[in-house]
Amino acid sequence: MDWDVEVLSRIQFAFTIMFHYIFPPFSIGTGLLLVIFETFYFVTRRKVYETITRFWIKIFAANFSIGVASGIVMEFEFGTNWSAYSRFVGDVFGSPLAAEGIFAFFLESGFLAILLFGWNRVRPGMHLFATIMVALGSILSGWWIIVANSWQQTPVAYQLVTEADGFTRAVITDFWGVVFNPSAGVRFAHSIIGAFIQGAFLVLSVSAYYLVKNKHIQFARKSFSIALIVALVSSLLQPLLGHMSAGIAYEYQPAKMAAFEGLYETQENAPLYLIGYSYPEEEKTYGIALPGMLSWLLSGDTAHEVTGLDAFPEEDRPPVADVFQSYHLMVALGMFFIALTLLGVFMQYRGRLWQSKWVLRLFLFSVILPVIANQAGWYSAERGRQPWLVYGLLRTSDGVSPSIHASEVWISLTLFFLVYGLLFFVWLYVLDKEIKHGPGSHTPMETDYHGRQERSEHLPRAINDQNS
Amino acid sequence: MDYNVLWFLIIGFLLVGYAILDGFDLGVGALHLFARGDHNRRLLLNSIGPVWDGNEVWLVTAGGALFAAFPHVYATAFSSFYLPFMLLLVALIFRAVSIEFRSKEPGAAWRNAWDRGFSIGSIVAALLFGIAIGNVILGFPIGADKEFKGTFFDLISGYSLLTGLFNLVMFTMHGAIYLTLKTEGKLREQVRGWAWRAYFLFVSLYAILTAITLYLRPEMLANFSFGYIEPTGTIHPLIKEYQVLISLIAWIVVALNFLAILNISRTLSRHKYMQAFISSALMMASIILFFALGLFPNMMVSNIDTLYNLDIYNSASSAYTLRVMFILALIGLPFVIGYTSIIYWTYRGVTRLTDSSY
Repeated sequence: MDWDVEVLSRIQFAFTIMFHYIFPPFSIGTGLLLVIFETFYFVTRRKVYETITRFWIKIFAANFSIGVASGIVMEFEFGTNWSAYSRFVGDVFGSPLAAEGIFAFFLESGFLAILLFGWNRVRPGMHLFATIMVALGSILSGWWIIVANSWQQTPVAYQLVTEADGFTRAVITDFWGVVFNPSAGVRFAHSIIGAFIQGAFLVLSVSAYYLVKNKHIQFARKSFSIALIVALVSSLLQPLLGHMSAGIAYEYQPAKMAAFEGLYETQENAPLYLIGYSYPEEEKTYGIALPGMLSWLLSGDTAHEVTGLDAFPEEDRPPVADVFQSYHLMVALGMFFIALTLLGVFMQYRGRLWQSKWVLRLFLFSVILPVIANQAGWYSAERGRQPWLVYGLLRTSDGVSPSIHASEVWISLTLFFLVYGLLFFVWLYVLDKEIKHGPGSHTPMETDYHGRQERSEHLPRAINDQNS
Repeated sequence: MDYNVLWFLIIGFLLVGYAILDGFDLGVGALHLFARGDHNRRLLLNSIGPVWDGNEVWLVTAGGALFAAFPHVYATAFSSFYLPFMLLLVALIFRAVSIEFRSKEPGAAWRNAWDRGFSIGSIVAALLFGIAIGNVILGFPIGADKEFKGTFFDLISGYSLLTGLFNLVMFTMHGAIYLTLKTEGKLREQVRGWAWRAYFLFVSLYAILTAITLYLRPEMLANFSFGYIEPTGTIHPLIKEYQVLISLIAWIVVALNFLAILNISRTLSRHKYMQAFISSALMMASIILFFALGLFPNMMVSNIDTLYNLDIYNSASSAYTLRVMFILALIGLPFVIGYTSIIYWTYRGVTRLTDSSY
């Protein structure tokens, strides 16, 4: 491989967005659960729901802060590494990004202040309202980002304009056409439900951990039961949304659909692989397949002819091997989530869940799987769009900044590897601490390491601040 | 007035909002290591705890708005400022997570490390913003294709380092004045001392920087000069038509700036901290207005040829997009101002540590 600016910038973008994309689904998913927990607290005023809400606020905060911090990087990378792309699509792509700032980020970050610090400062109704606004803000922020990304997948409502200096760019002809582009709605629903699953599995995992350890029993049972319903409903909805999303991909990005299923030849009776491996050099996919199933899923008729990769010139084909693998990984994990949540609900219905340590352990260790599924889903969606940055309009190689040097990208890439690596371990460490510390105590750990100095300039510490 | 001018004003408004708001929390960060004792450091951290994240959103939104309204400026600025921007991102990341993680562990080594992350991140960010502004004043090597023609070393000059330092001192002073509102007792006396020292440093640097700027870039004064100084590059019809009015407004801003600076010292010595903070905010708003008045209608000036300047027309999105986005901004900004006010009202008064503090 030629380690030029394009390749390095792609690696950097992939790395920074995959790191970033660990956190927003956690925030969106646990955000929804926080709303549910706090509503229970607001309605019943029972202590256990207060404990649950306040514990999950702390976990939420740790995820949220890294999500926000790594999100700023994403916004600026379009300009730093992809300036030609930014010039080409600024008219279209910049608008949802600006709308995200105006309509989502301000909402989210404003009410976050009350969510995190307002427990003793505002009335419970106001606090619940703030929690709802933060959850809503994070979902809206997802909406605008997916609008922007979906337009790159299914560009509509634009025209190409060549300016006096010979520069061609895409210009919006209908703003709402861009916002409600053909893939935006269903991709949004698919991603948000993926985030709900990821958040719910975090709550399930932590609760299962306490149940296995026989700690915080009441807290853990209540959290588990609520999260299980969210996880079950989301997992059951997900294949339906995934199916709709695939249908739209087939309609607008047939090469991507062919890569998802490793379909090299245009054929009737196209098979659906349950598991397999695709060899682009041989143009063959091996594995266990259901004949005609892909045709049937895409059209309702097993005899339907599905466009294969052979319909596209070599230079317009996405890389098949890893698109195929990541897509199938996502689907397989999605099936597993249905099985596991159904098992959980069944055991609970039978009244045996709390005694079945093996089921709880399964939930405990499954926390990582939705993260992988969400990453794999995005990976296949983005990699499947290649070699296009904007599908059919702008090639990735034409989007890169002409004025930056490979050495500069090497430096920034190394910097991100080091910083994100460090952050990732700190995040795990802090989360582990918080979880082991457990719910119940809200007092931050006091320290006396500056004890001497503190005694000499001691200030009275107010127990609460209601009078200020 | 067309949508291009309106968007120039909206982005200016977002940047003023950013400078005033994130300015003080970056300033608090720059001062953080001067605070002695864990209790005092926690007080400093919690004085900005509920608001810093919302403050930073002004930058994110300004970035998004620049991308949507003036994509060429967005693309040129960020790609030419590549390495400094990457450094800025790392600084902002460190700062953000330091605030969140510092108080999660009681150990001295842990807390000291995050204290440094918070403070150094804040200082580096404040310096880099200033360096960026210095470069915009000096002009970039921008070619006919709107792309940067220089290297990293073209961005580092004595002048840009000076503007970086100036910005750091300005934010530090602003942060110290903010802290006078949020602290009490002995700590407040200490904070007041910082504010005074930063103030004197600020005034001296300001005088030096103004002199050097006028010497290096006299055309920055064109819009202040009633037509005596020729601006470079495109001249906006608004300027031609309303030269006297624009120069008058510019001089009113100068007067406002001067009065605001004097009022900071007057109110600081009389312990009227809220007034001092408002003066400091007005001073920063007027400095950004100078900058905007000096540039308008350009946004980035090419030092290769003024024909290559990026102005509010040759770097803008289509008229349709500017109009639609203007309507969206008009709907959104009142909400933004609304929640910002609610949050600041909720967290008014002296900071005290509670069980949900950092």
